[in-house]
Amino acid sequence: MLVYLIRRLLYVVPIALAVSVVCFSLVHIAPGDPLVSILPPDASLQLVEQMRKSYGFDQPIPVQFGIWLGKAIQGDFGTSIATSRPVSQEIYKAVGNTLMLAMAATLIGFTLGCFFGFVAGYFRDTWIDRVAVTVSILGVSVPHYWLGMVLVIVFAVLLPWLPPTGAGPGSSADWAWDWAHMQYLILPAVTMSVIPMGIVTRTVRALVGDILSQEFVDALRAKGLTDWGVFQHVVKNAAPTALTVIGLQLGYLLGGSILIETVFSWPGTGSLLNAAIFQRDLPLLQGTILVLAMFFVVLNLLVDVAQTAIDPRIRR
Amino acid sequence: MTATHRPLVEVKDLHVRFRGERNVHAVNGVDFALDRGEVLGILGESGSGKSVTLKALLRLLPEKRTVISGQIRVGNEDVLALEPEALADFRGKTASMIFQEPMLALDPVYTIGWQIAEAVERHEKCGRDAARQRALEMLERVRIPSPARRLDAYPHEMSGGMRQRAMIALALACKPQVLLADEPTTALDATVQIQILLLLRELQRELGMAAIFVTHDIGVAVEVSDRIAVMYAGRIVETGKVADIVRRPSHPYTRGLLASTVHGAMRGKRLDAIPGAPPSLNEAPSGCSFAPRCKEVLPECSQSLPQAVTVSPAHLSRCVRSTPVTA
Repeated sequence: MLVYLIRRLLYVVPIALAVSVVCFSLVHIAPGDPLVSILPPDASLQLVEQMRKSYGFDQPIPVQFGIWLGKAIQGDFGTSIATSRPVSQEIYKAVGNTLMLAMAATLIGFTLGCFFGFVAGYFRDTWIDRVAVTVSILGVSVPHYWLGMVLVIVFAVLLPWLPPTGAGPGSSADWAWDWAHMQYLILPAVTMSVIPMGIVTRTVRALVGDILSQEFVDALRAKGLTDWGVFQHVVKNAAPTALTVIGLQLGYLLGGSILIETVFSWPGTGSLLNAAIFQRDLPLLQGTILVLAMFFVVLNLLVDVAQTAIDPRIRR
Repeated sequence: MTATHRPLVEVKDLHVRFRGERNVHAVNGVDFALDRGEVLGILGESGSGKSVTLKALLRLLPEKRTVISGQIRVGNEDVLALEPEALADFRGKTASMIFQEPMLALDPVYTIGWQIAEAVERHEKCGRDAARQRALEMLERVRIPSPARRLDAYPHEMSGGMRQRAMIALALACKPQVLLADEPTTALDATVQIQILLLLRELQRELGMAAIFVTHDIGVAVEVSDRIAVMYAGRIVETGKVADIVRRPSHPYTRGLLASTVHGAMRGKRLDAIPGAPPSLNEAPSGCSFAPRCKEVLPECSQSLPQAVTVSPAHLSRCVRSTPVTA
């Protein structure tokens, strides 16, 4: 197990390096000059040159990459062109918000998805199964910005139970674990949870169907286990795959849903990326993408390790 | 044996039908009885209903798609009438089962020790440590090398023969009165087969268990059984002591089976195979199911189901040509 862990950790290094190359170069391949958006249209050539130099854009791209990577490793992603604040600070705040939203959505999606999935798998080809499958198909296919707006109309406008947008009372974006703040989380989290819920439902349903048709289930019954006893075995057999799926989903959600964060004005990484793209804010863009990509890498690592802990056959 | 003697297992007129897109009449009136400590071998080809009969004894067939009628009594339990909880208590404690493919029959994500201890805990209401201790004893008993270490092994970490030994340890952990073995050696290498058979027979005698062996291998059936029941198309066509079946087979199907196996004196000769294939069981058979393949078929064979005829003491055959013993 320890050897596996170390080897798996070592794999992260080349992956991370490749990711950083890709996200640095992608931004440079994209058209548009970042300076255009902050300089007045009639700026003198001299001024443009000076700005270019101060941001390091006059250097050859490999050199720029080296400098950027060296600083990035130390947590310094440069200064945002648009806001002149350190990129790391901007990301830190946004990541906190997105993390909270993604975790809440994943928790809801995973819980409901497992519930529907197990019920559907156990009652295959009955009306219960069909209801669960329909819910899961709706979950993955309903456009969630639309769902978000509908939820806002129903629960914030028609029934004034929840706040429609934002991440806290007033304009403050500082989070606190009280109802005044938590109620802002509910609608976006529910909206965001429908996709993982749908996917988890379908995965778990298929898994349960598959596991129940295997001979060891008969063998478990043959040794006298009750339905509840058999169910525990089914859960442990389904867990590795279900965990992988939800881990990957969490990864997607951590990327911050630009659409959902925009609909709900949630100040997370999605909103941040959105702003960075429109303002051609290269340092902010690179930093955000890199941090999100690293999230994915770390999450994959965690999922792999968890999977290995549960299913001994993966350990080799 | 006295006249009031009651066998341990009694199956009367067992019918099993699978419902679905098409009906399958898998078992069509099976009767047999089994005494304490006795070993019955059920012999038959694929689809003859032998495994279905065995699974019916533990009610392991999918409830929704199966119609079972008849009577199954094991010990004092009327198996077909058991409530779910009583059924779970019965399984593994009174009767337990060994499966054909131990790799598929063991849960891949639990250790061997855990799986055995789970059964012990379930039936003996003892603590985890005592159950684990029993699991260790059982692994020693089935002669798994370094049993203490194997307790924490997962099924995929063991060889096929070792897995089947573990399966046997699991099945015997709660000292059942009847062991049901569903082709326990079919999935194993020839050399391992013999070891497992010898082990099973030895344990069966030590524990004084009754056992039912389902197999398509005549050699296996002869090796382990006291009595053999030959099944064809969901019916027992002939049953008797091993010696009677092997030396004086009465039913043409049994004779065909015996003729189609390889034994020493046959070098250079062609095997005598039974022509044709078993019938589909979409309809409940009305006459003798073997008639279409039988070399000695008579007009009355397909008209009605042949009665079981006692051809010699404790030797029954369902063939119109069988002549009953007189006196």
